[in-house]
Amino acid sequence: MTAILARGLIKTYGDLTAVDHVDLEVGEGEFVGVLGPNGAGKTTLLEMIEGLRRPDGGEVRVLGEAVWPRNGGLQARIGVQLQASSFFERLTVREQIHTFASLYGVGRAPADEWLERVGLVDKISTRVEDLSGGQAQRLSIACALVHDPELVFLDEPTSALDPQARRNLWDLLSSINDAGRTVVLTTHHMDEAEALCDRVAVMDRGRVLVLDTPASLVRGLDAPARITVAPGVLDHAAALELPGVAEVEHDDLDGIVLVTRDPSTVLAELATSRRLDGVRVQTGTLEDVFLSLTGREYRA
Amino acid sequence: MSYHRSAFWALSVAILRGFLRDKASVFFAVIFPLMFLVLFGGLFSSQDQSKVDLVQVGDVALVDELPDGAREAFEDTFEVTRSDDLAAAIEEVRKGDADVVLEQRGDELIAHYTQTEQVKAAITQGTLRALVDGTNVALSGEPPRFSLSSAAVEDDSLTTIQFVTPGLLGWAIAMSAAFGAAATLQGWRQSKLLRRLQLAPVGTGTVVAARIAVTLTIALVQLAVFVGLAAAAFGLQLTGSWWMSLPLVVVGTLCFMAVGLFAGAVAKTVEGAVNLANFLVLPMAFLSGSFFPLDGAPTWLQRFSDLLPLKHLNEGMLDVMVRGQGPGSAVVPLLILAAFAVVITALAAKLFRWDTT
Ligand SMILES: Nc1ncnc2c1ncn2[C@@H]1O[C@H](COP(=O)(O)OP(=O)(O)OP(=O)(O)O)[C@@H](O)[C@H]1O
Ligand SMILES: [Mg+2]
Repeated sequence: MTAILARGLIKTYGDLTAVDHVDLEVGEGEFVGVLGPNGAGKTTLLEMIEGLRRPDGGEVRVLGEAVWPRNGGLQARIGVQLQASSFFERLTVREQIHTFASLYGVGRAPADEWLERVGLVDKISTRVEDLSGGQAQRLSIACALVHDPELVFLDEPTSALDPQARRNLWDLLSSINDAGRTVVLTTHHMDEAEALCDRVAVMDRGRVLVLDTPASLVRGLDAPARITVAPGVLDHAAALELPGVAEVEHDDLDGIVLVTRDPSTVLAELATSRRLDGVRVQTGTLEDVFLSLTGREYRA
Repeated sequence: MSYHRSAFWALSVAILRGFLRDKASVFFAVIFPLMFLVLFGGLFSSQDQSKVDLVQVGDVALVDELPDGAREAFEDTFEVTRSDDLAAAIEEVRKGDADVVLEQRGDELIAHYTQTEQVKAAITQGTLRALVDGTNVALSGEPPRFSLSSAAVEDDSLTTIQFVTPGLLGWAIAMSAAFGAAATLQGWRQSKLLRRLQLAPVGTGTVVAARIAVTLTIALVQLAVFVGLAAAAFGLQLTGSWWMSLPLVVVGTLCFMAVGLFAGAVAKTVEGAVNLANFLVLPMAFLSGSFFPLDGAPTWLQRFSDLLPLKHLNEGMLDVMVRGQGPGSAVVPLLILAAFAVVITALAAKLFRWDTT
């Protein structure tokens, strides 16, 4: 069964088309990332699928059910972390998650376990207003997952997290995905998408530009490899003469960069001439894919 | 079903906790109106018990020869001291140490008093005039043809506290219901909690019911605290069908929650919503007789006040709590308040948006 089936989704705000004819199909148990510059329409797309915003056109089915009108049975099966944290005022961390748990008919013990999983045990009696940004975000994620939903939406879940919390959250998300839950997240971290997602969608100006596995996106980019050789090991002329090298760039700090479409040959050549010490090889990354698709200008 | 009940309880507890931990809300809902009660009940009511200090200079036959019954009444009103020095006695009045100096020159009774104490001046003048008139009639030997007996419509014991408790309670309930609803609606919208709740499997009805349950609980606690304090400290005496104040408080609360929802639906920020609620409720409290009776107000103002829901809440509560009216007297105010609640809620619902945009 498909977890999400969206066809021709449209959302307009006045003159602006925030989401422009988007199709999205997500299989059960899949981990899908949505990437895109600020204002690309990621949040709007997710909110239409969650049933929070009514599309101006197109249709969505989630877990086999229609999203509109509001459907309590379906809502109990999905979990949502909104981009902006939203809490009951003046409650402590523990009271907060207990309240959300009760809304889904979940007991206190499993709710407390979630606080442990997101590392907020030390903060259980802190009021939500006194949490740091990252702690609030972790609480918001725990509240989204407290009822063990089949389908989880996370809107930039790691944007405020420190590296420790980010890695821990990756482990957490991987484990719920391994347990068969479908996860859809948006992120601006390419490494995150590469590490977690089965497939990623790159959005810009309301449209989905590509939707594929990170590996085939990088492959499809067909970017040359960049081999950096330590300073003083190779001079410019020698570098240009190496077989397979298309271009040579100078980098004052790092030395010489050999741009090639045939890294194996170049590396073999460097190995036979015993010049491999300190060599770094960079192939295309998801970030290159992203930038080549969306360009480098700021978005409004 | 128990599932919805657990959601209802969880929401109610969350809202109540949020209220109790918000010191400003608790202050304005409970403490602030109680301060007014203590002010009106404690300070102003003591005034109508205090006697007029009267200094009698020389012999005043009219007073000295009062018959027993009349003397008793006279001494209820005046605290009499005697003096021989007229100038010194008048100086005492001027300084405010005494209220009136009484002397008799021949057949003329002369009272020296100060206009700064208007209430006491009026009492002095009225009582002494009655005394003189009564004596004149008695001396004429004819039985008086006309007599006036005045009786207050209210219970004899209708002192200041009897008047102010229902009115101030009405204001307190209106204020906390309106502020609570306005601040919750706007606050939850600003914090996006409304959107988060939209995603949970709870109906709008459950959310609204929880908010209403909490506000009603607060209102009933206000009623208990007000009546309890007024009775214990200032001698409030409830009349027979005071229990009809319970439905009045409930429907009044719903009505002012609707006012608050309206403010919350119209305004764009929490402060805006609270200010708008304040702007609606505070003048209404003045015009509805929460702080002082409207009896002396011009007729057009009294007619205008009939258009205000708080006026009907106050009147209904006065009727059943202190005026000794039967339970039936609350029916019309209840219906009027319910009608206001329905109309204002419909208006708020029309203006309501889930989102700030
Ligand atoms: N309620 C709204 N009213 C008007 N315009 C809106 C509204 N919500 C979003 N937009 C516009 O729609 C576009 C898409 O917004 P959206 O929040 O979906 O972007 P996003 O991809 O999530 O961006 P970010 O990475 O910054 O979170 C933006 O240009 C935004 O200004
Ligand atoms: Mg977004």
